[in-house]
Formats: sequence, structure tokens, C-alpha cells
Amino acid sequence: MIEIKNLHASIDGTPILNGINLKVNAGEVHAIMGPNGSGKSTLSSVLAGRDEYEVTAGEVSFFGEDLLDMEPEDRAAAGLFLAFQYPVEIPGVSNVNFLKSAINEIRKKKGLDAISAKEFLQMVKEKSKLVELDGKLANRSVNEGFSGGEKKRNEIFQMAMLEPKLSILDETDSGLDIDALRIVANGVNELKTEENASIVITHYQRLLDYIVPDFVHVLYKGKIVKTGGKELALELEEKGYDWIKEETGVSA
Amino acid sequence: MEQVIKPSIKEDFLRHFDFLDFSFDQEFYKNQRKEAKALIQNLDFPTSKTEYWKYTRLNKVLKGKYSFKELESTPYDLQGLAQNRLVFVNGYFSESLSKVNVGEGVYFAPLSQAKQENKELQNSFGKLYKQDEIFAVMNQAYHQDGAVLMVKKGKVVEEELLILNIIDGENIISQPRNLIHLSENAQAKVILKTIGYNSSASFTNMLTEVFVDTSANLEIAKIQEESKTAYQIATEQVKQEANSFFKINTFTFNGALVRNNLNIDLLGQHTESWLSGLYLLKEKQHVDNHTYVLHREPNCESNELYKGILDDQSTGVFNGKVFVHREAQKTNAYQSNANMLMTDDVTINSKPELEIYADDVKCSHGSTTGQLDEEALFYLRSRGIGYKTAMATLLKAFSADVIDQIGIESVQLEVEEFINKSFKGV
Repeated sequence: MIEIKNLHASIDGTPILNGINLKVNAGEVHAIMGPNGSGKSTLSSVLAGRDEYEVTAGEVSFFGEDLLDMEPEDRAAAGLFLAFQYPVEIPGVSNVNFLKSAINEIRKKKGLDAISAKEFLQMVKEKSKLVELDGKLANRSVNEGFSGGEKKRNEIFQMAMLEPKLSILDETDSGLDIDALRIVANGVNELKTEENASIVITHYQRLLDYIVPDFVHVLYKGKIVKTGGKELALELEEKGYDWIKEETGVSA
Repeated sequence: MEQVIKPSIKEDFLRHFDFLDFSFDQEFYKNQRKEAKALIQNLDFPTSKTEYWKYTRLNKVLKGKYSFKELESTPYDLQGLAQNRLVFVNGYFSESLSKVNVGEGVYFAPLSQAKQENKELQNSFGKLYKQDEIFAVMNQAYHQDGAVLMVKKGKVVEEELLILNIIDGENIISQPRNLIHLSENAQAKVILKTIGYNSSASFTNMLTEVFVDTSANLEIAKIQEESKTAYQIATEQVKQEANSFFKINTFTFNGALVRNNLNIDLLGQHTESWLSGLYLLKEKQHVDNHTYVLHREPNCESNELYKGILDDQSTGVFNGKVFVHREAQKTNAYQSNANMLMTDDVTINSKPELEIYADDVKCSHGSTTGQLDEEALFYLRSRGIGYKTAMATLLKAFSADVIDQIGIESVQLEVEEFINKSFKGV
């Protein structure tokens, strides 16, 4: 589905990613863990197309297409979704209206007709239930006045509505209480199929109790320094990140 | 030694009006013009030292050479416009483009006709203009045609009425003059629109006198869409009596230099006034909104909200003043101006002012300036919304509270459409 080869990226001339290699296939869940400043959020930003970052080397192919050459909206249309670490409040823009135009723009690119009002409403009803998002929130301005937990649930709600092929969850667990975490994780699990995949970026192992990964990668200094199964996450939780630094010989 | 006296800018400018023939005017109006001409003698065009005009330099406007051009019609497409309309081309009434079908108790006719046939007009015409403002006085002395709307007591005009000024041609000067008078408990909605069609470097000096009598209810949507080289000064002089409601939304979409003077005088208790505006500026456009709300009596409320989106090297000026008289206890007056700056090269001068002499009032004012939220733009795009749509979405959201004020559906759609269109080219 997606193949990242030797990806290097920098911001304002400072290198952050120093050669990432990662391949994700349909049906897989990959977790990317790592200490603060290791480049986790940069990776998700580069994949989603945030333009503050400059890709200095490497390539990313998404269903065989050059992802880095695409505009953010085209990446979304191709099936990429980023759940933001800090979802943006957009006063004056209705949550459902904006989703409707997003869905219709994507459908248009695929040569499909616009979604009918009835079908759309049915979908909103169904998908908001999935993350226990209050119907009133769905109709409010995007994230405006939402609590932290509501914002994260709104991200998963949008993901459910857009039905992406690849979802990147950027620290979706940060700041969530246990109930919200369970709701969010449950939503993600419900949406999992054989055709889609997710990359779960997190600092803590806690989320991985609920979203069980097939692979765990450790990112450090802009590189994936270790890859393992779900047990690697538990090991990190127990021992912290220091042993990785020593074992991999990358000096801090 | 012989001394050569160079004519002043004012003398030069006034020469534009030398050839105008007002012999058709009735004696009453001829005298009014005469009085105004006398007033001009003692007035001068504002300079950079004139506080009221501090941020708007008129040099290029005043040094222009203009001409009057009478056209009966213009190829401008009027399809879809209000069914009740008075259309003027270059300040002259166009009978063929106009369409009036109003019921009993509503008088809607060109000023030239009203002067002849409507005696009541003499009670209000020329009663409100400011005698110390040279452009108002110049309009009083040399105005051409315009619209007169008079609505009788208790009468409600259901459909909106359109007063449309079209400028067609180059270097056109025009001085339209309107009067709107709603009698007690009457109601109406008016679109006051100026457009440039095939025109450039024109100068329009429009004056509108507005009377909102006791318990009357008036909404004006003012839309300015002249050519991008046009100059316009537009003044509304409003008088509100007790329990009346008045709303005006000003939309400035084009023009090289546009100056709006909105003066509202609140003469009775329990009046309600809503003033809002939206300006979308590009290139080197300059738009200046000056408003003045005078609270003379207790228990009145005024709400003011102006917003601007400034692109390229444009300049915006906002000066809103609310004056609360000593007698005007329990006044509620709110004023706010917000600007979104799209580049680093734009200029905004924002000056909200409160002058309060009563001690039991609720008044606030504020001004904010910000940039487009890039993070929000990225958020929308990351969900699949294209750049242009995402831009338009954010700009509409910024303008939403002004757009929501519009009580005329066709105007609301027009404004939204303009925002969509104006950032398509980015």
C-alpha cells in the first residue's frame, strides 16, 4: 500500500528525518514509537503533505503513485487520512457541512456522483454513534469548544466518514482519559478491514493495549532503529527508551 | 509687477459643474442649490491635516479630469435583479432599465420626477446633509438624479427595492442623490448598489438622506462594485426616531478609492441600529469606512461590526465613533472591527472610538487584526477539500457574522458568490 524509502526531511534547514524505510500492506497495523523529538510527528506531517517540511531525499509510493508529488487534498482523495495530534478549531465552518464537501470533492475526483442528503445523514448518524460523538457536536463548528477528548473522537468520526485506505493516527492518545481512549480505540478497531491499514504513532504503550499492532517500530533521531512485534511495545514501556539508544549505538 | 494667480484645486474641480443645467428644477430646489453653492465658498477640500480624512488622500481623485455623460441605457445585464428597481446610468435616470410596481402608500420614483410631482419631498429633502462637509455640500449644489422612496404610515413593502447606479464610460463624474423616508411603523428593505461597467477612472459622489420615523423598520444593503480604477465617496445621513429599527450592511468589492461616511442620529428612545460592513480588497485598493452614531436619548442600542480581508498591497481604514450624550442613559453600544491580512504588504488603520458623557451605559469597542490560519487551511485540505474551496470556506467563515446580518436573501447569495469567485484565481 505504502512504501517509504530512505526518506529525509528537514524544517528550516534542520534535518529531522534521516532515512526512514517502512512498508505497510493492506490489513496491517503498524505502531511507531519513540522518545520526544525523534521525528514521529514530522513523519506524519510529511506523509499528509504539510508544506513547512522540506523533503531532501527519498521517496514514498502510495498505491504505486508518488505521494510526495501530490497536494494534501489529492492525498486524501487517494485514501490517506491523518488524525491530527492537535485538531484545529475552525469557527464558522460547520463540522458536517465541511465533511460533506470533502466527501463530494473526493467522489468527484473518482468520477462518482455527489452523495445524497439522505445517504449522508444516515452515514453521519451511524458513524457518530461509533465514537459516541454527540449529534450536536457533529453539527457545530469544527472542533470549536470541543473538549480534548471530543476533538480526538471527532478525528475518528471524520476518519469513519471518509473511509480512508491508510490512516495515520498521530498521538491520538495524548491527553485522553481512559474512557475516551477506549472509545477512540474501539472506533479504530471497528473500522479495521482487510483492505485498509493504519499507522499508529504514540509515545506510550497504553494505546496499544487497545489497538493491537502487527508491527512496532522504534523511531530515534529520525531513523527506525528497531522493529518487532507487539511485545516490543511492552518492553519499551518497562525499560524506557535508554536501552534502545545504547543497543543501537546512536549517541544521544 | 503682474501677479499670476493659479486657480486652486477646488476652483479647478468645481469647473466640472459649470455646464450643468438645472433650469428644470423647481424654485424650491433651485434655491437650495444656491444656498449650497454659497456654502462651498467657505469650504475646502480636505488635506492630510484634516483629521476626518487623515488616512485617505484625495489628491489623485481631485486632480482627475472628468466629464458627465448622459446615456439612456447600457448593455449591462440586469437579469435576475430585483423586480422593483430604479436604474441610473452615470447619474442619469434610465427609464428603459427601470421597473416599478409598488402598491398604494409607497412612492418609489426618480428624484427628477419627485421634485415635480411630490410636494411632500420638500419637507425632508436637503434637511439632513452636513453643511460643513464639502462633498455633501457639493452634492447638494450639483446633484443629478437619484431615487426617492417614501413609505406611508403602517405600510409594509414586502419585496426588496433596488436602487442601482451603473457607471458606463471613462472618466465619468456623477453625483447621485437619494432620499428614503419611512413614516411611522412602515417597513422596507432597500438595495443600494453601484457598479462599474466598461468604466474606468470615474468619480462618484453619492449622498443618501434617510428618515426612519417612529417604530419604522428599514434595512439597507449597500453594495459597491465599481471598476478597479474608480473613485467613490458615498454618504448616508440617517435620522432615527423613537422605537425605530435601522440596519445597514456595506459591502465594498471594488474601486481604487472608496470612502464611506455613515452618520446616524438617534433622536428618540428605544431605537435599535445595526451597522455592518465587509470589504474585500486587492491590488492597491483603498477603502475607508467612517461611521458616526450619536446617542442622544436613553435606552437605545447600536451594534457595529466591520470586517475586512486585505490582499496584495491594499489599504483599509476604519474609523467608527460612538457618541453618547449625557442624557443617553442605559445606552448599549457595541463596536468592533476585525481584519484579515493576506500579505505582509497591506495596511490597515483601525480606530474605534467611544465618547461617553452618560454614567449608566454598556459600551464596548475593539479591533483585531490577524492572518489566515494556515493550520486550518491544511486541516481542510488534508480532508480532501481543494485549496480554492478551502480558502473560500475560511474566508466565508471569517465573514460569516457580517453575512448573517443580511436580511435580504439575494444579497446574501451575492456576497457569498463574490467571496467564492474572488479567491478562485489564487
